[in-house]
Amino acid sequence: MADIYLDNNATTMVDPDVVAAVMPFFSEQFGNPSSLHNFGNKVGFALKQARQSVQNLLGAEHESEIIFTSCGTESDSTAILSALKAYPERKEIITTVVEHPAILNLCDNLASEGYTVHKLKVDSKGRLDLDEYARLLSDKVAVVSVMWANNESGTLFPVEKMAEMAEAADVLFHTDAVQAVGKIPMNLQDTSIHMLSLSGHKLHAPKGVGVLYLKRGVRFRPLLRGGHQERGRRAGTENTIGIVGLGKACELALQHMEYENTTVAALRDRLQAGILAAVPHAFVTGDPSNRLPNTLNIAFEYIEGEAILLLLNKQGIAASSGSACTSGSLEPSHVMKAMGIPYTAAHGTVRFSLSRYNTAEEIERVIEAVPPIVAQLRKLSPYWGANGPIENPEQAFAPVYA
Amino acid sequence: MWDYSETVKEHFYNPRNAGAVAEANAVGDVGSISCGDALRLTLKVEPDTEVILDAGFQTFGCGSAIASSSALTEMVKGKTLDEALTITNQDIADFLGGLPPEKMHCSVMGREALQAAIANYRGEEWEDDHEEGALVCKCFAIDEVMIRDTIKANNLSSIEDVTNYTKAGGGCSSCHEGIEKILSEEMAARGETFVPGAVGKKKEGVVKLKSPKPEAAPVVAAAKGKLTTVQRIRVIEEVLEGLRPALKADGGDVELIDVDGKNIYVNLVGACSGCQMAAMTLGGVQQKLIETLGEFVKVVPHSERPVAIEGV
Ligand SMILES: Cc1ncc(COP(=O)(O)O)c(C=O)c1O
Repeated sequence: MADIYLDNNATTMVDPDVVAAVMPFFSEQFGNPSSLHNFGNKVGFALKQARQSVQNLLGAEHESEIIFTSCGTESDSTAILSALKAYPERKEIITTVVEHPAILNLCDNLASEGYTVHKLKVDSKGRLDLDEYARLLSDKVAVVSVMWANNESGTLFPVEKMAEMAEAADVLFHTDAVQAVGKIPMNLQDTSIHMLSLSGHKLHAPKGVGVLYLKRGVRFRPLLRGGHQERGRRAGTENTIGIVGLGKACELALQHMEYENTTVAALRDRLQAGILAAVPHAFVTGDPSNRLPNTLNIAFEYIEGEAILLLLNKQGIAASSGSACTSGSLEPSHVMKAMGIPYTAAHGTVRFSLSRYNTAEEIERVIEAVPPIVAQLRKLSPYWGANGPIENPEQAFAPVYA
Repeated sequence: MWDYSETVKEHFYNPRNAGAVAEANAVGDVGSISCGDALRLTLKVEPDTEVILDAGFQTFGCGSAIASSSALTEMVKGKTLDEALTITNQDIADFLGGLPPEKMHCSVMGREALQAAIANYRGEEWEDDHEEGALVCKCFAIDEVMIRDTIKANNLSSIEDVTNYTKAGGGCSSCHEGIEKILSEEMAARGETFVPGAVGKKKEGVVKLKSPKPEAAPVVAAAKGKLTTVQRIRVIEEVLEGLRPALKADGGDVELIDVDGKNIYVNLVGACSGCQMAAMTLGGVQQKLIETLGEFVKVVPHSERPVAIEGV
């Protein structure tokens, strides 16, 4: 039986059409797009086409608003550091506690350099408090950075509204839309979003290519200075293979947008219903009524996520977990912690993230596979008795540790 | 995914002695639910002989935590309590064919569960002396708490100190930023300021694999007054003489051929020549010469000397 890939929020398979589109750029189309001769010219033209495809998917007003980068992380860093350089007298940043490390670790580092970083809290479903946000907006804030969709729970944030609030307060607004682009429709020209990050490998393009969308007229200071590539806003000879691939992937994402939000969403819902019907003491994390169509995050209480993943993997099923062990850190996912999920559940969270390549048969196989795995691990758990969790689990088993 | 040994996988997929032992008379609960690993070890001990008749585990944790628990129960069965107490966490890891550095704490948890269970049997209070922090140095599996405590206890003030006392940072060096941060905080706490070492400063005995280009010259000690060519050659000979015993111990030797400005041409002979250690040996010789002469010099194998010497 073929393996089942349900880890598309980590990365995606490169679409075969994308592979076909990039192949010539490994061989005959090797020119430097900046060159004047025929070799370079054709490649330059391909980049232009790719830029338009990204523009279409994002609903950007101008093609020149698309800046190709090397990844989502680079786009995030470029956006935030640019805002700080463009507004040097503003020393505050607003973000959220549930951002990806690409934002959080950068902000923590900036905090150690003297910037004030406000991290908006979330409630038990991962939702922000917009009143708290409104109170923090001021002319001391250089940039707001809020993710469009959370990578772990799939929860969507009201970034369009928040961008309007920022603009009204005369503050730049950036969104890390790495998980949202290609999964939900967007039309940036109708929004007040000033900057947006995306990453190719999350939407069936190759790894190592990303985009920073920069609304025309927004003050900008490049991270990499050098040649005139990307109109001087991101120097360095272009990753033509990645960019051409991303262009094709954006075209395909637009074509499949409806499919993603109907069929893929229905598969995800079936997976959720199937697992919850068969497994007691399990619940969905995040905001199920307002999340990405492909993402399902379930907390299995009293067991640990890495162990679940290893047993799933043994059956050829790929997913991921918010447990501390899967990342080698000491704490469970900061996203689960921020939502106040107890440790006995946070370590047992498993994220299933689907794509348009998943089939109904695969989903049924996963629904079959999960309950026995959970039961097997619970049998080993000190929190689990003969027929369910022991009474007062936290008191009955309270291990000694510093 | 982790690089688990076959034994770890085997003990995870087919754990031995899972569940609580019936009629247990020793129980050890250890671990930390916030870290995601916790273990209850139950033992049945024969009171007269103190032999462990049966052992069982219940574990909330990852693959290696379950495997370590399973291994532990296998290892202690049939042993007396005193014998069992000699088991170290490294023994558990070895039993499993090794654990990734990030997972060594699972074996520590196993050993502690054993200590806790035995203390429980003997009616003693078991005090946990182990505090775990975030892993900083992945090469040698050294965590933040260990680094912090060592800095505090010994008033350390440089990365080299930390490496010498804990090994942390002595491998790939990617964790040096993290160590600097801890140093800065600890030094600030005792009213000092962390001052980074000189750019390119090399640790004693650590050499570059390739001879650095002159532009990348390390910051060298102040020039020790101008030497005549003869004095200079004599100093070089002395340095080589000093290094010779070490080289000979490895079955090799070094011979001075020529000195041409900053270039010092040598022949490596015996076990040193040609082997992959040659570049390291040359680097070590060069480092020593730079320190002694107080100027930048480049040690070049005679075989690589350009044929047209003029104007090179
Ligand atoms: C929300 C979010 N932001 C940023 C990134 C980083 O993207 P990249 O791997 O392209 O740097 C990811 C990828 O995991 C992500 O999920």
